[in-house]
Amino acid sequence: MQSIADNVGGAISYASLARKNRSKDIAIASLGIFVLFIAIATLLALFIDLAITGYPRLADPEFYTSFPSRKPLQAGILSAWVGTIMVMVVTACLSVPLGVAAGLYLEEYASKNWFTDLIEINVSNLAGVPSIVYGLLALGLFIYTFGMSETVLVAGMVLALLILPIIIVSTRESIRSIPSELREAAYGLGATQWQTMALYIVPAAKPGIITGAIVGLSRAIGETAPIITIGALSFIAFLPESPISSDAPFINFGWLTSPFTVMPIQMFSWLSRPQADFHISAAAAGVVLIVMTLMMNALAIYIRYRARSR
Amino acid sequence: MTAMNQPKTTNEFAQKDARQTPREALDHWYLEPDAALRARVSNLKFWYGNGTQAIDDVSFPLVEKKVTALIGPSGCGKSTLLRCFNRMHDLYHGVKYSGSIELFPENENLIDLDPNVVRMRVGMVFQKPNPFPKSIYENVVAGLRIRGISKRSQLDEIAETSLTQAAIWDEVKDRLHQPALSLSGGQQQRLCIARALAVQPEILLLDEPTSALDPIATAKVEDLINDLDGKVTVLIVTHNMQQAARISHYAAYMYLGKLVEYNETSEMFTRPMCQRTEDYITGRFG
Repeated sequence: MQSIADNVGGAISYASLARKNRSKDIAIASLGIFVLFIAIATLLALFIDLAITGYPRLADPEFYTSFPSRKPLQAGILSAWVGTIMVMVVTACLSVPLGVAAGLYLEEYASKNWFTDLIEINVSNLAGVPSIVYGLLALGLFIYTFGMSETVLVAGMVLALLILPIIIVSTRESIRSIPSELREAAYGLGATQWQTMALYIVPAAKPGIITGAIVGLSRAIGETAPIITIGALSFIAFLPESPISSDAPFINFGWLTSPFTVMPIQMFSWLSRPQADFHISAAAAGVVLIVMTLMMNALAIYIRYRARSR
Repeated sequence: MTAMNQPKTTNEFAQKDARQTPREALDHWYLEPDAALRARVSNLKFWYGNGTQAIDDVSFPLVEKKVTALIGPSGCGKSTLLRCFNRMHDLYHGVKYSGSIELFPENENLIDLDPNVVRMRVGMVFQKPNPFPKSIYENVVAGLRIRGISKRSQLDEIAETSLTQAAIWDEVKDRLHQPALSLSGGQQQRLCIARALAVQPEILLLDEPTSALDPIATAKVEDLINDLDGKVTVLIVTHNMQQAARISHYAAYMYLGKLVEYNETSEMFTRPMCQRTEDYITGRFG
């Protein structure tokens, strides 16, 4: 029998070949660690710098429970974090159902032709449109054309538009990742397209869909440009009406039409002031914002982990 | 021997076969005197979306409450033919049928019916076990839920009968609410059979149901298919000649999208009408 050495015209030293290949492995791994280190170190340095600068305000419990003020040491982020949460609620309520429905339609129902291809390309492109463009769109459409004012609702709407492409794309990807065996099993039992979707495909794709939604929302939470563009105020010394009240009907929607501010805007306004003490407040607000984002991402990871272990 | 001088179509090798041509064989389906027809495939042709013709003029009967096996080498169109029976192909774009699969006693052509209705009436078990990522119980009753049955007592009863019928009740009766994916591959496949049986299909299609299973799990599935003989009309695709001999009552041998021979399994395996069938069955080809 002919050996491989006869074919290639000479013996191969497997030992030296393995050594050579392994040294390539090591080189790639070291490069990876180095790049990862740069990324993480930059992020950590930023965060630690903010935390040290902002520490005096971060350590003051009143920072979280006071309104902004002209006196730096009394200024707090109460209206900002409440506003952020309210805007996020509106954004989530608008973008998740719309994005999931659009993703589901494009992936499962739409016939494949040039028109859906066009929509698909455009949805992916929309994810890359600068956020200030969305702000301009909202200003022109919601505020000037529809005559709405700069309220929680409008802010939620513009942020929802901003993250809609992210949610559509991630919904489509998680639906596409469901093996076709599951689909055929459902259809094989006589399920209609909607039953297959609602009973089997969407539940199986849920972790991916939720992760996508949270990734979208954690992008929205830090967005400043579109909110400034629609003209949000930076000095709000009151809270929007509470969504829950003690007398009937217990739930009210007055807060939707209330003026508001959000964390990034509060930071921006403090940074643009001359007093150094305001910069401390801005750094502290930055830390709070980063922690809020990290918490949302942690939630996304937890949901994915739980779905995988089940 | 190379592929070049192998006959291309059934007609060619039928001519070379001195004993009997397939066409004659088809016109004289030998069925037992008391055999009732559940369905009859007549001149069925099928094209995939890319224009490939996978089934060419196939005709054969499907006897009620008996197991019929579809055998033939890989790529001969047997799985494609099986999936015509519940219109699974219609999930994909651009497929085309011609001819008919008549259902009896209704005399309806399955190709003209709403695919959704066909799948309600014709159950299917796939090559790879594909339970839903839900509990064992929810898997068995899935077909019932789809049909709008939600009364707990009814569901419980049907779940027990179908799991018993699929010979898995004793193994799962104490863990009905555990995830189906925690079962072994063989158990998952029997669960899928129970899921298909729960809705009392007029025809049960099995697409190589044991090809992903080990010999012991295979034996269990074969036993349960044997038990279905006389109760359910079964059409099974199998690669395994011994399996076909063990479990089926009738057999259809396909080659290159055509039906070469249809007969009682015992007859086909002892006195095949075509040389080609004999070569395949005895392992000289395929």
